[in-house]
Amino acid sequence: MKQLRVMGLALAAVFCAGQANAEELTGTLKNIKETGAITIGYRDSSIPFSYLDDNQKPIGFAIDICYKIVDALKKELKLDKLEVKLNPVTSSTRIPLLANGTIDLECGSTTNNPERLKQVAFTNTHFLTATRFVSKKSSKLNSIDDLKGKSVASSSGTTNIKQLTEANAARNLGINIIPAKEHAESFLMVETDRAVATVLDDILLASFVAGSKDPDAYVISTDAFSKPEPYGIMLRKDDPAFKKVVDAATAALYQSAEGQKLYDKWFMQKIPPKGLNLNAPISAELKHEFAKPSDSPDPDSYKAM
Amino acid sequence: MNYHWNWRIFWEPAPNGTGTYLDMLLSGLVLTIETALCAWIIALAFGAVVGVLRTLLSKAASWFGFAYVEFFRNMPLLVQLFLWFFVLPEILPPSWGLWLKQIPNAPFYTAAIGVGLFMSARVAEQTRAGINSLPRGQKLAATALGLTTAQAYRYVLLPMAFRIILPPLTSEFLSTIKNTSVAITIGLIELTGEARAMQEFSFQVFEAFTAATVLYLLINIVVVTAMRFLERGLAVPGYISGK
Amino acid sequence: MFASFDFDVIRRSLGYLFFDGMTFTLTLTGLAALGGLICGTLIALMRLSGFKLLGRIAGLYVDLMRSLPLVLVIFWFYFLVPYIGQWLTGSSRPIRVGAFTSSLVTFIMFEAAYFSEIMRAGIQSISKGQPAAAQALGLTYSQTMRYVVLPQAFRNMLPVLLTQTIVLFQDTSLVYVLSIPDFLGAASKVAQRDGRLVEMYLFAAVVYFAISCMASFGVRRLQTRIAFVH
Repeated sequence: MKQLRVMGLALAAVFCAGQANAEELTGTLKNIKETGAITIGYRDSSIPFSYLDDNQKPIGFAIDICYKIVDALKKELKLDKLEVKLNPVTSSTRIPLLANGTIDLECGSTTNNPERLKQVAFTNTHFLTATRFVSKKSSKLNSIDDLKGKSVASSSGTTNIKQLTEANAARNLGINIIPAKEHAESFLMVETDRAVATVLDDILLASFVAGSKDPDAYVISTDAFSKPEPYGIMLRKDDPAFKKVVDAATAALYQSAEGQKLYDKWFMQKIPPKGLNLNAPISAELKHEFAKPSDSPDPDSYKAM
Repeated sequence: MNYHWNWRIFWEPAPNGTGTYLDMLLSGLVLTIETALCAWIIALAFGAVVGVLRTLLSKAASWFGFAYVEFFRNMPLLVQLFLWFFVLPEILPPSWGLWLKQIPNAPFYTAAIGVGLFMSARVAEQTRAGINSLPRGQKLAATALGLTTAQAYRYVLLPMAFRIILPPLTSEFLSTIKNTSVAITIGLIELTGEARAMQEFSFQVFEAFTAATVLYLLINIVVVTAMRFLERGLAVPGYISGK
Repeated sequence: MFASFDFDVIRRSLGYLFFDGMTFTLTLTGLAALGGLICGTLIALMRLSGFKLLGRIAGLYVDLMRSLPLVLVIFWFYFLVPYIGQWLTGSSRPIRVGAFTSSLVTFIMFEAAYFSEIMRAGIQSISKGQPAAAQALGLTYSQTMRYVVLPQAFRNMLPVLLTQTIVLFQDTSLVYVLSIPDFLGAASKVAQRDGRLVEMYLFAAVVYFAISCMASFGVRRLQTRIAFVH
């Protein structure tokens, strides 16, 4: 028995020595290398960041960024083939699905804030947006206080619904908050007059209004529930090796001319499926951030220069 | 396991300003009970009537009862709720539809009516089984005594039928309570909905759902015990009235 | 009244609805019924076995599953299954499961409780003479179960089992709460994308109704055919 134990220890020592020479892969990188696959979480209707086109295929600004991250991972892990699996997520399932390993990267319109950083990590910011509300022009709702006592929709699991809930309590507005499962449903509530307004990130509202049957009937409020907050692609916490690769990939993309082209493709040109052009030029703060990529959750840290 | 446990989350303030997360869950519990009770009253009322219809001799009544039960049993509850909530306001004249959509507690009323009608089909079947299990002599004796059909049902048949079907009705009531959770899809934030909202705001998935599970188990125990007392109170001496 | 409705949207999305949505629903129903039946029979046997501890555990499981709403169970398993997988296989991180696998596990575990009650009633309805005769012939417990008791129980309870399967078929629509693409989810996606709620939901209602109606009719016919007098 003693001989067996000594042999066992010797074998272990040999193996350990062998491993120490090879790269010590941990966490998500290890998983990707072993399985040869990475799973990306996409959204149904976060136009133009991550949404389904007419063939039910996920496309969008964030999806393209994620594919670039996948290319970088392929190079880093020296893989010939890296299979990309796609998994739908909603605003309320994205964080639990990331934490329980169903997805490795969440590519959509997720706001980076200190609260979420307790559960997940974010890579460099890819957009800045503030929370506003959209309503029909005929309702004549201009400010947040005009929403007093009315029915207002928002998507569950978003920072938007949280900000709406907090504003409702703080300003004592008595709003009847209707949670919807996805952004398309939130906007549909206003279209069908179930809610007088819906509260979402202003870029998403702009996309929905532009793509609706009657864009002129709607108006997006100038009043905002928050300062412009950063969107980031989500990944698991406590995985520094993976984050390093992702951060490097996104930084390289944003700083290059390709990053600018990608932005123009989704915000300044016609996008599928209906060919609408959002015509949203890059804001000064975002331009500055692309030059100096940052993954900070603090809205105040994003200045125009 | 890459999960950050925090059982003290229940005593932390919820973002909707109404108190702690525990208060959120309890308000959901109250809403569940309210919706279930309203739905159950509707289910009993309609179900008893349709069940009786199915046992009448008239072909028309029997057919109507059959069609009613088949209609509500062959569609998933979720689809039925969608029909009431999304489709009905659109096919009514515009002003009525708009009024329906703007009612302040629309999800509550829709859920109560939707779940109530869904369960009424099952109550109808139970009532029919209960009435049919009575000895034939009861109805014949009632007629011989000169009671009309309505009087026969009211004074002779139904009282005994209800006592017989009390145990299955208990499980139908529990089903009603569970079925109210389907209404989260039309915006009714009852117990399951509040647990979900708590999970979304606080990211404490397992704590939230454990609390909801415990509360549902509590409801179950309370209802089963209460029904047992009711059974004992209503039992007719000498008759087999369930366990 | 129906003038402004565009029923053509149904025709345009038929492929997606049936190839993606309905296949998901039917596959889930079939596999969950099978899995639920097998697990349910095992649980029923546990409860009817002589071992008190096994019986208690099985009983608690059935009571737990029957007290909880299916929606809550769906949420539980959707988030929990990867952790269970991790614990079962001893891997270092949660196992990746797709929406279908997680739904399948959920429905098998949930329906097993209901199927076990049906099978328990079936097994108990077999006259005591049968297992006694089997024992007299020298068959072991498992042989008795496999060749004598379970086939008869299964045949007796077949109509009830099939009715429970129809209920399962309708219950699969609840995966909607997690945006999982079953038939109702697919109809809903088309409805929201094109703004055609009325047309799609009416169509979905008609399809579910037609399938359930035909299935219950089939079960009723089966009931008259296999009924035999003891």
